[in-house]
Amino acid sequence: MSTTIDSNIRIQQENFNVTDEIEAIKNASKNIGGITTFLGTGRELSKGENISKLNFEHYPKMAEKKLAEIRLQAIKEYGIIEMIIIHRIGEIDIGENIVLIVAASEHRKETFKACEWAIAELKRTTPIWKRETTSTGEVWVQDTP
Amino acid sequence: MITVKYFATLRSLAGKDEDQFSMGSETTLVNLSHEISKTIPKIGEMILGKKVMVSVNLNVISLDAIIKDGDEIAILPPFSGGI
Repeated sequence: MSTTIDSNIRIQQENFNVTDEIEAIKNASKNIGGITTFLGTGRELSKGENISKLNFEHYPKMAEKKLAEIRLQAIKEYGIIEMIIIHRIGEIDIGENIVLIVAASEHRKETFKACEWAIAELKRTTPIWKRETTSTGEVWVQDTP
Repeated sequence: MITVKYFATLRSLAGKDEDQFSMGSETTLVNLSHEISKTIPKIGEMILGKKVMVSVNLNVISLDAIIKDGDEIAILPPFSGGI
């Protein structure tokens, strides 16, 4: 299942291929000279607890709307050429991909800044929630650094 | 009718995905919070104490916002997307 506003904003259960997304963003313009990616993956240790599984839930339509706003604002304020944002939902195992942000521009500097801003903004404004499964049970995470 | 959606930890607290409330043609979020409190006091307290965000038709609102019949409200606990 995948819900999309445009092809550069996706919330989906299935995994994504980072190389495919980098190739896709290159097609946005022949002026692209720098591409920065941020890839978030499921880690085993959280607050001293061993995590066996993660589960992500989102508010359909609003989450996609927020990601679309982040993409547009990144393009406008950082002067990048294109941005792709993908977030997975559902059950995710340790080590699997969770979130991908790809920023492309003429030069490298603005892509680093746009990427860092976009992941922080995603965490701050996008209605997506993480549930961690540990040896003691399941818990909804309410504060992430 | 006003539809109220609960997500993540709030869905666990409510024991359901959503509720329907009949509040006339329009009301305020404060009044809706009091209505929610009748069955789920903790969620009403969280809204009034600004411990959670609330959206109307996908836009985040403040406590004094007006809510109209047919609106979709979502009670949003702190987000934890990304990593």
